[in-house]
Amino acid sequence: MSRLPVRKTYKLFIGGEFPRSESGRTYEAEGQNVARASRKDLRDAVRAARGAFGKWAGMTAYNRGQVLYRGAEFAEFCSGPKEVERSIDRVVWYAGWADKLAQVLGSSNPVAGPYFNFTVPEPTGVVGILAPPEPALAGLVSRVAPAIVGGNAVVVVASELHPLAAVELAEVLATADVPGGVVNILTGRRDELAPVLASHMDVNALDVSGADGQVPELEELAAENVKRVVHGAPDDQSPWEIAGFLELKTVWHPIGV
Amino acid sequence: MTELERTGDRAPIPAGWEYASAPESRDVVTLRKQYGLFVGGEWLEPKESYTTIDPASEEPLAEVGQATEKEVQLAVDAAREAFDNGWLALPGSERAKYLFRIARILQERAREFAVLESLNGGKPIKESRDVDLPLAAAHFFYYAGWADKLEYAFPNRKPRPLGVAGQIIPWNFPLLMLAWKIAPALAAGNTVVLKPAETTPLSALHFCDILRQAELPAGVVNIVTGDGSTGAALVESKVDKVAFTGSTDVGKAIQRRLAGTGKKLTLELGGKAANVIFDDAALDQAVEGIVNGIYFNQGHVCCAGSRLLVQESVYEDVIDKLKRRLTTLRVGDPLDKNTDVGAINSRQQLEKIQELVKSGEEEGAEIYQPPCRLPEKGYWFVPTVFTNVAQSYRIAQEEIFGPVLSVLTFRTPDEAVEKANNTPYGLSAGVWTEKGSRILSMAQRLRAGVIWANTYNRFDPASPFGGYKESGFGREGGRHGLEPYMRFE
Repeated sequence: MSRLPVRKTYKLFIGGEFPRSESGRTYEAEGQNVARASRKDLRDAVRAARGAFGKWAGMTAYNRGQVLYRGAEFAEFCSGPKEVERSIDRVVWYAGWADKLAQVLGSSNPVAGPYFNFTVPEPTGVVGILAPPEPALAGLVSRVAPAIVGGNAVVVVASELHPLAAVELAEVLATADVPGGVVNILTGRRDELAPVLASHMDVNALDVSGADGQVPELEELAAENVKRVVHGAPDDQSPWEIAGFLELKTVWHPIGV
Repeated sequence: MTELERTGDRAPIPAGWEYASAPESRDVVTLRKQYGLFVGGEWLEPKESYTTIDPASEEPLAEVGQATEKEVQLAVDAAREAFDNGWLALPGSERAKYLFRIARILQERAREFAVLESLNGGKPIKESRDVDLPLAAAHFFYYAGWADKLEYAFPNRKPRPLGVAGQIIPWNFPLLMLAWKIAPALAAGNTVVLKPAETTPLSALHFCDILRQAELPAGVVNIVTGDGSTGAALVESKVDKVAFTGSTDVGKAIQRRLAGTGKKLTLELGGKAANVIFDDAALDQAVEGIVNGIYFNQGHVCCAGSRLLVQESVYEDVIDKLKRRLTTLRVGDPLDKNTDVGAINSRQQLEKIQELVKSGEEEGAEIYQPPCRLPEKGYWFVPTVFTNVAQSYRIAQEEIFGPVLSVLTFRTPDEAVEKANNTPYGLSAGVWTEKGSRILSMAQRLRAGVIWANTYNRFDPASPFGGYKESGFGREGGRHGLEPYMRFE
C-alpha cells in the first residue's frame, strides 16, 4: 500500500510569519487551496515591509550579500529542476552585487569648489512587485533579488495561476537569515491586489514586470505619490535591474583645515 | 517692528545700512517687441500671444507666443526631422563642438543674458551674474565633453539617444534650467522641444540667437512658449521623452498622463528641505548658510532650506543672529548690484506666499519680518521668519516657494533625523556641524537626493541633482544626468 502524502497549507508570508488571509478566503490554484489575500493583508504587508526597511538598509552591504547567499544555500536542497537551479544561481549572482553596487553605480564628482562631492546609491524604500505569471519561480526570484540586494523591503503579489513556488520561496526565506518583513509575499487575485499596491502611499516603487494588461491603470495610480515604476526583465539578471530600485544621493562634504 | 525693538535690548541691531543705488544698465539687452516660436531654426508667427512683464515694475517687456497644440506639433515634427536627417548620424565629437560653442558664446554674452534674466524674472543681478550665467555656461561645457564619450559613461550597454525630448522648465532659474535640460539631451544625441515657463520666456527666446551664432543645425533645439496648456500639448505630443521641472502637483499630473505610453519620464519637483544646525556648528557661517538657503532667489528654489532645525542649546543664539542678519538684507530693484532679494516672480506666486504666511499666523506661529521699504510697483515680499512652528502647521508641511523660513528645534540627532524626514518630499537637506563623522552619519540618514554640509544651495554640472519620494525621480548633472536621455541596446 502506497503512503498517503502529507499536504501543505499554502499561506501568506507577512513580517516573517505565515498567516492565513485575515479575510478567511482561499482560491484554488495548481490543485491546491491557496490563501486569497485581502486589501487588509496587503496593507499589513506594507507596514511589515516599512518596519523592516530601516534595519535591512542599515546592514552592511557585505552582510546583505551573505544573507542572500545563505538563501541560495538553503534552496540548494530543492535543486534538480532547471528552473530551480537557474533561480538559485541567480540569487548567488545577485548576492555578489551587494558590496559592489556603490562602486559601479556611484561616483565622486569633481566640483569647482572646496568640497568632496560624491554620489552613492541607496534603496528607495518599500517596493511593490507584481511577479511575472511565468516562469513562476525564476520570474519571482528575478524581480525580488535585485530589489532586496540593494536594501529595499518588498511586498510581492505572486503569480495568480502559479502561486505555489512563491509560498515555497517564502519558506526558504523564513529559515534563511532574511529578517522578517524584508520580503512579504501575498497570493490571491491580481486584479484585486494590484491597484491597492499601486496606490498605496507608503510604497516607493512599483515593479510592473508581471502586470500584464493592467499597466496603464497601475501606472496612473502609482503617480499619486510619484512612485518609481519599474518595467523589468521577467527572467534575466543585470545590475541595471538593481539600479531601477535605487535612489542616488549626492553629498557635498566640506574640505578645509 | 516691535519684535525688532524687543530683541534690540539684547543684541545691537545695525541701524539702517544705506547704499547708494548701483543699477546695472539695461542697454546691454535689445529686446524685440514680439517673439515668435522657434521651430526648425525659424521664427514661426504664433496664432495667439500674450505679454510678458518685468515683475519688479509690472511693465510689459514683449509679446510672446502662446503656442497651440498644432504649433507644438510642428515643433516636435521639426525636432524629429532634425534627429532623423543629420543629428543622429553626426559623430559625437561634432555634437561636442556645437555644445562647446554654445558654452563659449554664453560666457561671451553673459552680461546681456544676466540683465535679461533679472528683468524678466525679478532675481537680483548679483545672482544672475554670479550664479545663473556661469553655471549655465559650465553646464554646456561639462556635457559637451561627454558627447563623444558615452560608451565610457555606460560600459557594455551600447548607449543610444532616445529621439525627441520634450522639456518643460520652471520660472525660478529660466536660463540655468534650460541649460540643465538641453545640454545633456544634446550631448546624448537627442533633439529637443523646450517650453520655458509662462512668466519667464525671454532668456530662452533670446538663447535662440546663441544657437544661430553657434550654427546649430535647424530643428535640433526648438522653443515653444505658452502657459500650462502648451506644456500639456508637449507632454501629449509624439516626443520620446518628457523631462519636467516644476511643482509636484503638475509632475503627478504628467506622470498620470504618460501612464501606459512607454514614454520615458524624469521629474524634478518640489521640496521642503530641512537645514539642520547642530550646537557645535560655526554659527556665524551657519547663519549665512540659513540666509542663503532660504532667501537666495527670493526662496524660489525647489531645494530651498525652508525648514530650519536648530539644536535647542543654540536656538536663542541662532535666532538672534538670524534676525540681526535679516535687517541687513537689501530688498528691491533686481538690477541694482547691491540688491540681495529681488522681486517675487508673479502676482500669482505672491498671492500663494501671502496665503501661506497668513495660515502660519493663524495656526499660531510667531512671525518676524525686518523693517523694510518695498517699492510701490511690482511684486514683493519681505524676508520672513516663523518661530514657534509645529510640524503640523501648513508652513512646516507645504512648499511655500518664497522667502519664508519656518524654524523648529530638536535635542538629539535622532530627533533631527526624524523631523527632517517627516515630509513627503526628499529633494535636499543641509547639515551644519564641525564634526566630520556627524556630517556623514546625518548624510546617510537623511532621505534626500542632495545633502549639503556646511554649505547650502551649491550647484555644479558634475554633481547629480534630484529627489527622493515626491520630489521626483531621475538625476540631472554628472554622468548620472545622461542616463535619462539614453536607451540601451
